[in-house]
This record gives sequence, C-alpha cells and structure tokens, in this order.
Amino acid sequence: MMNAQQTTEKATPRAAEELKAGGFIPQRQKGKITVRCKAPGGRLTSQRLEKIAEVARKYGQGIVHLSVRMSPEVLYVDLADLDAVVAELAQVGQEIASCGKRFRVATACGGCEYNPNGLTDTQRLAEEATRRFFGQDTPHKFKTCFSGCPLDCMRAREMDLGFQGMVEPELIPDNCTQCGVCVKACQDGALHMEEGEVPVRDLDRCIGCGDCIKVCAFDAMMPKRVGHAVYVGGKHGKHPHVAYPVAAFVQDEKVLDVIEATIAWYREHGEKGERIGDTIDRVGIDSYRGALKALIGDLVLTQEDLQKPRWQRVFYQGLSGTFPVYGKV
Amino acid sequence: MQPGEDLMNQEPDATLDLRGTACPMNWVRAKLQLESMKPGELLEMLLDDGDAIRNVPMSVREEGHKIIRVETMEGGFRLLVERAGAGPERR
Repeated sequence: MMNAQQTTEKATPRAAEELKAGGFIPQRQKGKITVRCKAPGGRLTSQRLEKIAEVARKYGQGIVHLSVRMSPEVLYVDLADLDAVVAELAQVGQEIASCGKRFRVATACGGCEYNPNGLTDTQRLAEEATRRFFGQDTPHKFKTCFSGCPLDCMRAREMDLGFQGMVEPELIPDNCTQCGVCVKACQDGALHMEEGEVPVRDLDRCIGCGDCIKVCAFDAMMPKRVGHAVYVGGKHGKHPHVAYPVAAFVQDEKVLDVIEATIAWYREHGEKGERIGDTIDRVGIDSYRGALKALIGDLVLTQEDLQKPRWQRVFYQGLSGTFPVYGKV
Repeated sequence: MQPGEDLMNQEPDATLDLRGTACPMNWVRAKLQLESMKPGELLEMLLDDGDAIRNVPMSVREEGHKIIRVETMEGGFRLLVERAGAGPERR
C-alpha cells in the first residue's frame, strides 16, 4: 500500500534517471535503493552468488529478488552505501546491471550447452551481446533475448529484438527404417510418409524444432543447418506489441551484426521514449527489413514466406491478419 | 552380444505394455524397468500412438539407451530397447 510519508522524499526525476542508468533503483522507502546485478542469460558463478548474498546481509536486509529479466537484485541498500556495495561486488567480478533507456542485459535459456532441447549456444551469445552492447543509449529501453529452440521459453516474440534457435533437418535415406516415429513426433504436420517409403518433409510447414532429429533412433534425420529466427519490435507492459518475424536461419556469426544494425536503425528512426515496435509501426517495417537485407540478404523473410503455415503458426492465434504486408526490399 | 541382425531377432529379456498409461507415467515406468535391468539386456515396450510415441522414444535416447527396432502394431508401436552399458547417461 502507498505510504505518503515514505514517498514524499523520493529522489528527484533527474537523479532517479541517473541512478537507474547505473542499475540502482530508488525504492518506495526513503533513502533505500535496489541494486540490480548483471547476470547475462541468468548465469552466475557460485562465488558471485555467495558475494551477492553476503552483500545483501551486510548492506541490505538479507533479501534478494530475481528480476523478471534474470538479474539478482539486492534490496534495501542505503543510498550512502552504494560505492561500498559496488566495490565489494567487484571483488568477484560481479558487475551492476542497468535500467532505463538503453541496451539491457541479454536474457537466455540454457541453450545447447546443457539443455536437451537447445539448438543454439544461447548462453555464449547472451554473454557476448551483453559485453558488446550493454548500456548503449537507445530511444527507449531495448531488450534482447536468446531462446535455444522454437519452444521459445525466453519469449523472443515479446522482445525488442529476439533470437530463437532453429534447425533444418535432413533425411539420410540409407539409415531410415521407415518406422514412422519422426512423422508422429512432428507436431506441425511437416512430415509425411507413404507405406514402404521414406518420410518427406514439407518445407512450408517445418518450424525447425528438431523433434524429428531427436526422436530418430537410427540417425536418419540429421541437422543440416542451425541458426536463429529473428523477431523485432515486441514488448509487454501496458501496451503489448507482438514482434515482427523478420529473418530465419541467421548464423551465430551474424547475430552481433544484426543487433548492431538494429540499434543503428532504431537510433536513426526512433523518437525519444518510443520502443522500436512503435517506431516500426510509424516508419514502416520495410525500412527496417531493408537495413537487414544489406546484412543477411535472403535470410530476411518476405510476404510470401509469411503466408506459409510455418510462419502463420508462430503468430499468436488470429494476429497474423493484423500485420502489414511486407514489401520488396 | 552381436550387434545388427542377431540382436534385432533376439527375444526381449522383459516386456512392458505401456498402452493406456499416459505421459509422463509411461516414461517413469519404462525408466524404472530399464534401471532394474542389466546393461545390454533388451526391453520390449508397447506404446500408444500420439503423445506416447512422440515423447517416450526421445526420453529413452536422452538416457543413453539404444532403440534397436521400431514397429507399428494395432493402435500403437512396439519398441525394442537395449539397456545402456554404463548406467544412465548424465547430461
């Protein structure tokens, strides 16, 4: 419940913004600050976790909150102790995250390093993207995530820029026993098999989840290429926006370039306080697609691509009809 | 034990009829059964169509066991699984 006594002496707006840029969030309680710790992909060493706990005991009330974007936040820190807290966390390499209008710490699932479903190395990419772009100013907040597979646990479709792993399967006919398990495993109706024949894949339906590869006991379905589906302009909050699917099978090596080009486009076209999804609605999706086209060529999705069941099925139910037509770029 | 045809034609050491057992209990039962068996022994599993055939073989492979053969049968599938050598693979 709101307490007038506690809120009258909040930090001034300008001071609050400066604090937030540094990852310090003024609390409702006078003079108390929440310190947001950086943890790209939600990954922490036990040493850093112990230090965060120690700092929470020493300078806070022994309470840590995990932010919705995977950052451990030390609550109830005195404003006067900020420098000491930062210095102690730095002893083990624990950096401070950020809030406000800038590139935020990237989030990620376990990815292919240890998650059985993971197709892409989401943890490494979240770390690299954060190292390179963290804190860069943008017209409004800019959130990225890395999901390792089409399950999309990190919700790439709700990010300003979301990456989601995908794999293209390839049939090795000599290994196939025609058992039909891959056909059963496919939840998108992308595999068909006639009696006594090997399975045939419908490219227009395959979403690249790799279930057929995982389920095949005889190495007859193998990965041909792995990459990322790219979504742009998503957000949640008061006025949610479903992201535009803009590319498929973007290779790891191109991911940071795509982020860089997206930030550059956003800075050029975005108005202050405007999320990139709103900028795209105002300026037009084709302007952004053109910027990507120069970088990744035919991996940029076309209107023809979007009409295929493969992309229709990844839009939230009923929403695909509300999207603008993608033009030639 | 010989791989290939000899193995494929061998009689299973145990049979588990998981038809009518829903996910994830079908996999739990299969896992317990496999753990009670010796490395190299063969388990015959009968699985329903649908969720069962979509999920159980994947779990079997993730645990490191080897699927020797898959056959369709009335209302489902018959799997022949070789119990993994050095205990369940940790991943």
